[in-house]
Amino acid sequence: MLTPADENHLAAIVAEAAAKKTPLAVMGAGTRSGLGRPMQTADTISTMLLSGVTLYEPSELVISARAGTALRDIEGLLRGKGQRLAFEPLDHRGIYGTSGNPTIGAIAAANLSGPRRIQAGAARDSLIGVRAVTGFGKVVRAGGRVMKNVTGLDLVKFLAGSMGTLAVLSEVTFKVQPAPETEATLAITGLADERAVAAMSAALGSPYSVSGAAHAPADEGEPARTYLRVEGFEPSVNHRVQQLASVLKEFGAVDVLGRGTSASLWLTVLDVDALSAPFEVPLWRVSVAPSEGPKVVARVRRAFPARVLYDWGGGLIWLAGGDGEDAGASAVRAAVETSGGHATLVRAADQVRNFAEVFQPLPPATMALTRRLKATFDPAGILNPGRMYAGI
Amino acid sequence: MSAIIFPTPDPAILSERDAIVSGLISILGREGVITSETERRAYETDALTAYRIVPLAVVLPASTEEVAAVLKFLSERGVKVVPRGAGTSLSGGALPSEDSVVVGLARLNRVLAIDYENRVARVEAGVTNINITNAVSGRGFFYAPDPSSQLACTIAGNIAMNSGGAHCLKYGVTTNNVLGVRIVLIDGTVVDLGGDALDAPGLDLLGLIVGSEGQLGVVTEATVRILRTAEGARPMLMGFASAAEAGACVAAIIGSGIIPVAIEYMDRPAIKVCEAFANAGYPLDVEALLIVEVEGSEAEIHDLIERIKATAAPFHPLATRVSRSEAESLAIWKGRKAAFGAMGRIADYLCMDGVIPTGRLPEVLTRVGEICAGYGLEVANIFHAGDGNLHPLILFDANNPDELVKAEAAGADILKLCVEVGGCLTGEHGVGIEKRDLMPYQFTPEELDLQMRVKSAFDPKWLLNPAKVFPLRGRPAAA
Repeated sequence: MLTPADENHLAAIVAEAAAKKTPLAVMGAGTRSGLGRPMQTADTISTMLLSGVTLYEPSELVISARAGTALRDIEGLLRGKGQRLAFEPLDHRGIYGTSGNPTIGAIAAANLSGPRRIQAGAARDSLIGVRAVTGFGKVVRAGGRVMKNVTGLDLVKFLAGSMGTLAVLSEVTFKVQPAPETEATLAITGLADERAVAAMSAALGSPYSVSGAAHAPADEGEPARTYLRVEGFEPSVNHRVQQLASVLKEFGAVDVLGRGTSASLWLTVLDVDALSAPFEVPLWRVSVAPSEGPKVVARVRRAFPARVLYDWGGGLIWLAGGDGEDAGASAVRAAVETSGGHATLVRAADQVRNFAEVFQPLPPATMALTRRLKATFDPAGILNPGRMYAGI
Repeated sequence: MSAIIFPTPDPAILSERDAIVSGLISILGREGVITSETERRAYETDALTAYRIVPLAVVLPASTEEVAAVLKFLSERGVKVVPRGAGTSLSGGALPSEDSVVVGLARLNRVLAIDYENRVARVEAGVTNINITNAVSGRGFFYAPDPSSQLACTIAGNIAMNSGGAHCLKYGVTTNNVLGVRIVLIDGTVVDLGGDALDAPGLDLLGLIVGSEGQLGVVTEATVRILRTAEGARPMLMGFASAAEAGACVAAIIGSGIIPVAIEYMDRPAIKVCEAFANAGYPLDVEALLIVEVEGSEAEIHDLIERIKATAAPFHPLATRVSRSEAESLAIWKGRKAAFGAMGRIADYLCMDGVIPTGRLPEVLTRVGEICAGYGLEVANIFHAGDGNLHPLILFDANNPDELVKAEAAGADILKLCVEVGGCLTGEHGVGIEKRDLMPYQFTPEELDLQMRVKSAFDPKWLLNPAKVFPLRGRPAAA
């Protein structure tokens, strides 16, 4: 494994690989190597040694760090100043059973966002600048360290979520957010999925700034629970809890979970704890308009039994289940297509991910653009080849 | 004479004008094609009015299919295309060339679907920004990005420029509020990117399209997020004896854990002009004025305002006034939102749009004043202080050609200063023609080359929105 200790070394390694057309697997700490199609690569390059916070200005709400910096170090530093990453980065260790310290670079590269996506945007919305080494070994910057920037094409957004297929991120800059004084969660028990989504839509369509909306359907003897989170200064949280309880009255009795219970609950939603075991069961991630969520689940369940967790007000569905050589891909994709969303096979055995598409297949015109853009950033096709799509 | 250079129009295209026009008429009918010189002249400029170029023709397609047919026809003939929303660009983003056809989106102005349950609206791209909010305000919803030109500007232009506005401190800019687009590529291919889910599969092509200034395609439809309006909102005014104290106060508010909906800044010259126009009750005897707006219930607003007052106290605010009524709030915002128009009543001006790290504010303001004084020009500063987005208005006399040159030179110096202190050339107005030649100050040749190759991947013959964004030198051969 190649572990360059600085950006120039990283660039030199990539340039040499490009010249020799040596395919490289790109990773941080490797806690999410199971995300994507299996690759045929000659070597692996890790950004783990590119570490350290390079800029942190709490009064400007901005932090920059080299890509290999451990996320927990960033979060610790932010916590010390009463701040946080707004989008709640997902930790895949529970899902894959991996160990190691996830890196900040991977958060950007995979655009990993949690429950607060509905209110504060995704990782790509907080990402305001990157330094990266393209597939031809050149160091480029995009964006910067200021909050607004429309100078030239927005390559920051484009690189966010590109899974290391276009460039190797060497440094990332995120906008951060003040951590709230407190939080609380309203919980309703026993709602069917459609009803739960209706309750979450009512709350999200209210003026009370809901920052989390999740639904865990009845499972293994546990009743269904629907959760809505509010965060802020104490008087404000109290007020909004009261108002939301009244909005939600028609859906059933409302319990209020205080700060500590609320915080630990949302960590379990974020990391999909309820569905992480057993590892042998495939895990799907479906993204649709919230009102379509229960319909997609119902269609999938006609094909195979599935355990489910809804986040994002119903618009993000984690679905454990699916068997056979494609882990139920044909059924899931057909179920999603009708609803205009997309599905990712987050966890399955290598041979399954070789056989079934991991990411939603793209329409021909979009795929043609994707190929041209891959060739623009990585003409030799050496960076994470095939991780997202064959030939990308 | 201005410093901005335009390429020589292609004589072959100019000589084929009749054939091009009749081809366009066969696609759109006579009512969809504007050919007379008088009518074409209405499209000769945008809000950067110092530059005027009459296009070869103007087309007003009424559907995505018509846009696709027009683009296919023009690209096959090698004719350049200038997409246009409402023409409110301050950077010359919609300025035509003599050998180009303007594709105006004014007839694509319908709100197609409103989905309150999923909190999205699907609109045609020529709909105005304010009309999205108007369509959903009856149910208490709004579309968040609110550029000052929101009464006129279109969502197509907002997407092209990734427009912001005064309230984006809390709600984000266009790219954070658009979930999907339908875009026509230069060869007429129609592509749907994203939709009504919160993310889309594959590479983030949508993220690339937003802010691409018409370089990659013509957006004809958009799916945007609509949000529920807060229970209430209230602006407060705070005057300061110095820019340094006002700047430090902004940093202290943000550092205290409060993210107001907006923090707007005006300096003494700007306050004077805006107050004369709007009678908003701005204090006139201060060097700097902050408008801070907070949202929530009555009790939440009261709580936040008390916190802000306490945070501001060490910076000696001279005049603190909290709006007491809806009418007063409207007047406060009217003064701010009408600032550019009000300034236009007393002088011609160039509106700059640099961004700086907010900690550098006092120092940058001093140097902006020095730069303008060095050219013998006056400047008024109005900007979004919470995110460091400066709008220095450089005042000049448009009847004196030397003054425009001086104003442009001062503007360039200010933007270079923004880059020097760690900021960027443009926060929400876009590069257009105005800042095209400054791009090498922000980007290395490798970085510009990468962006231009992305452009080539969409538009290999460089027909879309010519002569903008990228410096003319160093472009690929096809350009």
